[in-house]
Amino acid sequence: MSELAAWFELHRLAIWTVVLGAICNSACAILGCYLVLRRMSMLGDAISHAILPGIVVAFLFTGMLGSWPVFVGALVVGVLTAFLTQSLHGLGNVSEDSSMGVVFTSLFALGVFLIRNFADRVHLDADCALYGQIDLIAFDRVVWGGLEFPRALFPMGLALLAAIVFVICFWKELKLVSFDPALATAMGISAGVMHYLLMAMVAAVTVAAFEAVGSILVIAMLIVPGATAHLLTDRLWQMIVWSVVIAVLSAVLGYWGAVAWNTSVAGMMCVAAGAQFALAVVLAPRHGLLGKAIQRLQLSLRIVGEDLVAMLYRTEELATTNAAPELHWRDCIRALGGGWVAWLSVPQLRLRGDVQITGSLIQLTDQGRRLAQSLVRSHRLWEAFLVKHFHLPLDHVHEPAERIEHYIGPQLQERLAAELRDAGVDPHGREIPPATRS
Amino acid sequence: METTTSSTPPILDIHDVTVAYQRKPVLWDIDLTITQPTLLGIIGPNGAGKSTLIKAILGLVPLASGVVNVLGRPVAQQLRVIGYVPQRESVDWDFPVSVLDVVLMGTYGQLGWFRRPGHAEREWARQCLEHVGLADFANRQIGQLSGGQQQRTFLARALAQRAEVYIMDEPMAGVDAATEHVVFQLLQELREQGKTVLVVHHDLRTVPKYFEQVVMLNMRLVAAGPTATTFTTDNLQKTYGGRLTVLDEAGDALRAQQRSE
Repeated sequence: MSELAAWFELHRLAIWTVVLGAICNSACAILGCYLVLRRMSMLGDAISHAILPGIVVAFLFTGMLGSWPVFVGALVVGVLTAFLTQSLHGLGNVSEDSSMGVVFTSLFALGVFLIRNFADRVHLDADCALYGQIDLIAFDRVVWGGLEFPRALFPMGLALLAAIVFVICFWKELKLVSFDPALATAMGISAGVMHYLLMAMVAAVTVAAFEAVGSILVIAMLIVPGATAHLLTDRLWQMIVWSVVIAVLSAVLGYWGAVAWNTSVAGMMCVAAGAQFALAVVLAPRHGLLGKAIQRLQLSLRIVGEDLVAMLYRTEELATTNAAPELHWRDCIRALGGGWVAWLSVPQLRLRGDVQITGSLIQLTDQGRRLAQSLVRSHRLWEAFLVKHFHLPLDHVHEPAERIEHYIGPQLQERLAAELRDAGVDPHGREIPPATRS
Repeated sequence: METTTSSTPPILDIHDVTVAYQRKPVLWDIDLTITQPTLLGIIGPNGAGKSTLIKAILGLVPLASGVVNVLGRPVAQQLRVIGYVPQRESVDWDFPVSVLDVVLMGTYGQLGWFRRPGHAEREWARQCLEHVGLADFANRQIGQLSGGQQQRTFLARALAQRAEVYIMDEPMAGVDAATEHVVFQLLQELREQGKTVLVVHHDLRTVPKYFEQVVMLNMRLVAAGPTATTFTTDNLQKTYGGRLTVLDEAGDALRAQQRSE
């Protein structure tokens, strides 16, 4: 136990920095999920920039950061940003993204102007607003109940708590308003009210995080964890849980990376979040690139493999003697057009027990022959169907049948056979093999 | 539409409603009174203000003038008796919710603020889903449904609202024949239960089959009444034939003048 305490003592600053980062990131991530779902990610960006003049004006009046007036000032300007964006869009006939761009850059510029002219000599500068000082916040401590805590823990903890309480209290309202604002309003759950409540919450969390971590990290954490979580799941509560996991991981990995490469902690946390997003884009189960690529490969393998066994079946059919024809597997691959999928399909078929290979010769097993018979049946049924109902010339029917044979299951086979009144031969005069019994 | 002899208030009473977007009126002086439960189709060409009319009834767009009363009271106080089926394209089907979640949303209005749907609501939502033949899809993410199934999900959600008046925006647009049949049957059932259903509809051929009453709209009310007597070639000509150039020009002039002020 004392060992643990000693370890904690040694790494006190590091631990507090990570904890504060995780708290701030989580608060942003929870609210960010709703911004992502409502396609308003950029409004978080806008608000986190636009609160600057609110902070400056309140700071000029009180002379200190981290006070209630600063918080209120930022909150007011934050909600004002959302309001001005909407009004400019609605009244001024300006598109929504342009009006947002105009409002937040103007307000941010106003904030920079105020700092430069009235607050330049004091502890407030534009750099600090952008990058924050998460590396230093753990130094500024207060004693509470005999224990030392970083001063920033309380506003940040409060922000996280507020975000959690907000989402739990308004769970169904937020869900409905985000999914279908028109229905929500038609039910008496005003989409407008919920919109401004959410914006107020975003502004509040942003300003709480502002001094500690700066607006860059806030913007990243409002968007990236939510966007990443959206790729990973298709339930809202899971999405929020995932976004928090990603936010916490970003804090841990970001701090570790910043120490390892001796660079900005806030910047590295953003990089960590971005890296997780990139991973999700590739690896996500349903939407991921890798998953889709694997599905495509599996489909190609199946089709090429089926083409191969059907080819073997047809050669057997054509053989006049009872002896199985001698086919070399390399020739089969060449006949299929080559390519690495064809090369892969031979070992796969062998592994599944559909073909056996003796020396360089390839032969169907009984199991493979049943599969092939069913495919050829599908193929010839489809050809017969096309000729009967679409009156296509004979040279038009092979290729569509070649494509569709891989997708015709036993049920469709039965329906086709019934439709054709059990025709025994295909339009080319070849026998349609009977249905296979598995 | 018809004069009422009883003292009960009309189900829906739209009085002199005008709606303007960007100051340009898109609906002029609409008067419509429904006294008896009915199955009513709202038809008219593109840009005639069909969707705007139902949004005006629901209070989703500000009225430039006029009032809407439902069962004798302003619509804002009667939201719980109205069920709404928006156009399918109006929502993001990638949204991370299950089919059952969406149907459950229908119960939110009656629950009011803060209260969560419980076991009873989930059971009810399941029944509504079963009613439209989607019981097996309850746990799917909504993006995995076909267009027709998505539309049926919306209908199940409207059923879950337990409303007296249903307002549907093109529930049969872009759906398969099976879904259209399900929608039609549902409309009939609601009608038999004594509900009033207003449906924005685009397919003129099916109007006489589906609707008892019809409202023909082209920026103003062209005609309203029983389908048998109202859905006539003459009225169709008035509704669809030629643009309402006078109203159009008046609207443009109004906007130009207000801008220059």
